[in-house]
Formats: sequence, C-alpha cells, structure tokens
Amino acid sequence: MSASASPAVPPSTLDTRHSLLIQDLRTHFFTEEGCIPAVDGVSLSVPRGKVLAIVGESGCGKSVTSFSILRLIRRPGRIVGGKILFHPRDGSPAIDIAALDEKDDLLYRVRGGYISMIFQEPMSALSPVHTVGNQICEAILLHQDVSGEEARARAIEMLRKVGIPGAERRIDQYPHELSGGMRQRVVIAMALVCNPEVLIADEPTTALDVTIQAQILKLIKDLQQEQGASVVFITHDLGVVAQIADEVAVMYLGKVVERGSVRQVLKNPQHPYTASLLKSLPGQGKPGERLPAIRGSVPSLNAIPSGCPFHPRCPEYVPGRCDVGAPPAMRLLEDGREAACLLRGAGDEGRVASEETQP
Amino acid sequence: MTAQPSTLDTRHSSLGPPLLRVRGLCKHFPIWSKGFLRKQVGLVKAVDEVSFDLQRGETLGLVGESGSGKTTCARTILRALQPTRGEVVFDDGAGAVDLAALPEGALKPLRPKMQMIFQDPFSSLNPRMTVGQIVAEPLQIHRIAKGQELDDRVVDILRKVGLKPEHRQRYPHAFSGGQRQRIGIARTLIMRPSLVVADEAVSALDVSVQAQVINLLADLQQEFGLTYIFVAHDLSVVRHICTRVAVMYAGKVVELAPTEELFGNPRHPYTQALLSAVPNVDPDVKLRFDVSGEVADAGRLPAGCSFHPRCPRRFEPCDKETPALIPVANSPSCTACHLYRGA
Repeated sequence: MSASASPAVPPSTLDTRHSLLIQDLRTHFFTEEGCIPAVDGVSLSVPRGKVLAIVGESGCGKSVTSFSILRLIRRPGRIVGGKILFHPRDGSPAIDIAALDEKDDLLYRVRGGYISMIFQEPMSALSPVHTVGNQICEAILLHQDVSGEEARARAIEMLRKVGIPGAERRIDQYPHELSGGMRQRVVIAMALVCNPEVLIADEPTTALDVTIQAQILKLIKDLQQEQGASVVFITHDLGVVAQIADEVAVMYLGKVVERGSVRQVLKNPQHPYTASLLKSLPGQGKPGERLPAIRGSVPSLNAIPSGCPFHPRCPEYVPGRCDVGAPPAMRLLEDGREAACLLRGAGDEGRVASEETQP
Repeated sequence: MTAQPSTLDTRHSSLGPPLLRVRGLCKHFPIWSKGFLRKQVGLVKAVDEVSFDLQRGETLGLVGESGSGKTTCARTILRALQPTRGEVVFDDGAGAVDLAALPEGALKPLRPKMQMIFQDPFSSLNPRMTVGQIVAEPLQIHRIAKGQELDDRVVDILRKVGLKPEHRQRYPHAFSGGQRQRIGIARTLIMRPSLVVADEAVSALDVSVQAQVINLLADLQQEFGLTYIFVAHDLSVVRHICTRVAVMYAGKVVELAPTEELFGNPRHPYTQALLSAVPNVDPDVKLRFDVSGEVADAGRLPAGCSFHPRCPRRFEPCDKETPALIPVANSPSCTACHLYRGA
C-alpha cells in the first residue's frame, strides 16, 4: 500500500514534493448495526502547491477522509489504521496526524494553522452570534502572536482579498446580514488568514449558484497560487473538478478506485466506475436521447458486495472474476495513473482478462 | 410584458390551443412595517409580467439563479399561490379555464390534472405512512378509486416507475434517494395528470441515479403524453430534457427560446453569463465567466433592466427603460434586452 510516488523515490525528495501523504487510512464507524468502513484503505498524496480533487457520490467516504485529516471524526467513528503524514514547508520532520493525541498541542497547531478547512454550508460553519470580524480575528489570535489591532487589520485585508466590497464595514456585521456567496467568501477568508500550507475545501461551492460558484472557484485558484498552498478539493461535480484540479482521486464505497492527473482521469477514464459516471452526465449527447445511466444505486456501507465493490453495477463485469475474493488493489497503469480494476493494468491476471480470451 | 400572444410561440400554431397560456402573470409580496399600525413599506416582485405558451407534450425549462422567481412562478401557475395579476389559461381539451381567476372551491376538480414533483425526496414523503398509503392518498382525497381498484392502480403505477408491488408495505426511510424520488413520481402520476411541474426534481440526486430518474421522466412523458414544466438550476439537465427554455432573472423572463437555440446562440447578456459559468468536464475548456455581483434583490430592483448593474454590454437606455420580451428578428428566440430592440 504505497502512496502514488514510486517506492524508489527516497524519503527526502518525497518531503519536498508532497505536502500531505495519506497511507492506508481506515476510518470506521462502530454503530449498533455493526462496523461501517466509511474509509477503508485510502492512500493519497497531495503534491505541494497543487490541487488534488477527491470525487465521488454521496456515501463514498470523501468527506470522512477530509475530516480524518483534521482529526474531526467524532464517536462512534474512529481512525483505526493508517498514516496521515504532513510535511511542513520549512523541512522540519513530518507529522503523523493520525497518531497525535487528542489533546496534543501539535494537533491544535496543525488544525487551523498548517491545515485549514472550508466547509460546505457557510451558514453552519459561521457562528450566528459573533461578528464576521471576531470570527476571523479568533483564528489569527489563536495561531499568530499579534495584537488585537494587528489582527483586525489583517482580517480587513483578508476580506478585501476575497472580494468583499466595503470590508471595513462588513467586518462588524453578522453572518445573517450577508448573502450566501458573501458568507462563503468569509469562510474562505477565515481559512486562508493564517496562511495554511494545506487547504481542505469540502464541497465549497455545492450550495451556491453557478455564477457565484464560478467566482468562488476563481478566487480559490487565485489565492492558492498566490499563497502556494496545496489544496484538497472535495466535490461530486466533475465539471468543477475539471476546472480546478491538477490531480484527481475517484472514490467509491470508502476506497479510491482511480487516481491520476485531471486529464488522464477525465479524458481517458480507465476504471469502469469513472467512465460510467462521466457518461451518465447529461448535456453531452443529443438532447432527448436516453442517458447511459449506471444501473442500481450505491450499496450501503454495511453490505459491501464481495470482490470488486462496483461489480453489481459494472458494465464490464466478468462473472467468477470480479465478484470473488478481496477487493482489487490499485494497479499502476502504463501512463502512470492507478486504477483498482481487475480488468485493467499490467497485473498478471489483468492482462489475460483485458485481451480477448481465445482458447 | 406587451408581447403579443402570437409572438411568444408561433411554431406550434398548427397544433391547436396550447395546454397552458400564461399572460402577464405577477406575484408580488408586500413588505409590512413592524408595530401596531402596519404600513406597507415595500413590494417584492417575485414574479413580474411573465408570459408564455406551453404546448401539449412539450417540456419547458424554467431556469435562473436562486431568488430569480422560478419556483414562485411555477407555484403561482398551479395556484399553490394566489397570483397578484395575470391570466393562466389551462385547456386540456375539456374547455379552457383561467386558473388565476377561479375561486378556491372550483379548483379542486382541476387539481388532479396538474401535479407537482418536489425537490427533496426526504422531506416530501410522510415518514409515518407506508409507500402504499402515500401513493394511494391522492386517489382517496379525490374519491377516484377505492378497494381493489385503488390497490390495482397503486401496484400498476409502482411498476411503471420501477418499484415493486411488495414495496407498498415499507416506509420511506427504507429507500434510497433515487427510489424515494420514484415514490414521489408515482404519487404524482397516479392522478393521470396532463401537466406536471417538476421543481428541481433531480437536483438532490447523485449523478448515477440522476440519469436513471431523467430517463424515467422521459419514458413516462412518452407513455402518458405528459407536459412538463421543469424548474431547475442545472443547465446541462435542462439542455438534455427540455424542448424550450425560459431564463428568469429577478422575477422576469429575460429569454425564451427553443433549447438548441438558447444554448447554441444565447441572446440576452444574462443568458450568456449563465452559460459561461457552467464548468465543462473537459479540463481544456476553461471557465470564461467574468460577471461580478449577485442576483438583484427582488425587493429593491434597480430601475430599467434589472440586470444592468452587472451587464457587460449596458448602454444608454438600460438604466431607465425596462425592456419587454420581444422576438429577435430572424430567429425563434424572444428576449428582453435593448440590444435587440428594433433589430
């Protein structure tokens, strides 16, 4: 279960190329119905200064992955295995966030300092009883050694940067006085004010109109490039992925099923799930034609099918191969991307199956 | 308004009277001051002078950003809201009636013919009723069927939407989002309506399930000869299933055109902006969106064209005169923009 970089790369180069390395992360929820493996063996790497998009349908574990990175998983959920290695920019030793104690000072420094998060629903991410300014200043005062006045000045500057007109006036307003798009800008300002090295954006534009979404995407991209931050961008919208991501990881039922550059994954998908997902998007074929929908629906996490978890819905399903044994591991394909499909890649049996089986 | 009835839809004139003829429809909400002496201090023009025709078997898309009035427009047409002004003439072959002018009591016999599919399949189904009860309820309310006939019709419609008869005994919580939306569709179609208003009916669904429900809606339209008003903010869904599209901005229809024309050759600067904001799944097609600002507040609309403060192509009359929805010369489109005045 190594990360995307080939094992030959020495650890020192790894550190400079990746901000975040997730290795075999397992986050399970222990409920009355049994153990729910919401994230089960996820390995990801976030290249420094790049945007990694995690895509998938609801229930695939993309949000649980992002919450795990900041250790925001609450009971009955728990990280039961794996490593989350954060490599600070200054070259100091990597921090395994998954192994930190709940009350460790380092965890508090990481959370909101080194790594910060933009949440999906700006109204619930902001406190309704504190002004916008107080909420942004709180983050500054927690993580930086500055005076109250200095913090306020920085907050105003940040609000201006995220494109809020009249920042001096807006800073003393409450979230309910702002529109949805403005609130999301405030949340972004709050996340970026401490100059994080890694920014996690969990569906930051899902609740917004397309026009506001376009503005926010441009803003995140601009600020990311300006500050040189690495971004983990969680979304279910493949169009958004195409516009913002450098690298893409596609998740299904708690596992990464395909990983590669944005062009590789979206233009030439290899895993049948990625391919089917792209085909089922409306607006590509002729209007009025039947959409090539994926059959069935996402199974629940306490009844994951045997073998490849996608086999009951897969258009290329081979009985007796795909539905037996352990779920397929990620395989390196020729173009350097990885897919978890028995029918793809240079794997021993994989090659046999991908060719026409002539006796 | 002021658009002549004939200009709003000339292509279908050979098909006989339209199923729905909407003229000058307005829904205004007054804002009252606080206190004992309540004075009116404002007026939100949620829907303002909307006119269009809807032919049998057609699917009209109603698109726009949140707050543009698309849902209010759809609800006013169905008389879920009392219109402030205007005409909604409904004619399904049994004689034309103006829904906007009918008293509440006279509406009930017409209700089965106009049904609605809701956005959220989680909150639109009563969790304490079984699927069988939910789907049968409209028939019982209107005393259309009972006993064995009721049961047969429920089973029949459940099969049509891709559910199984044994699902009748289960409760909504046992179903996935896509299946719940199918239950909602079954409840709608069991009345054999002629007009179905789908208000963001597929927005809450995951992509793979969304495609299934879109296919189902298309199949059912064929089978039952349904006419849809499809309210949505997702433009690619609208492009796929609608025959014509009305773009709304701040309560007004700013462009009304056949789907291919609207997407291939958008006229109104707002339509152009909206289309350019949709992210393409091809990473090499970059977003070109460059319109700042947000949707105008329907309670404090700017003078003239509501879009003019954000419009990249505004000129002299835009902040004074409100443009009317008029046909664009040599095209099937209608648009409300001074750029096309007298063209």
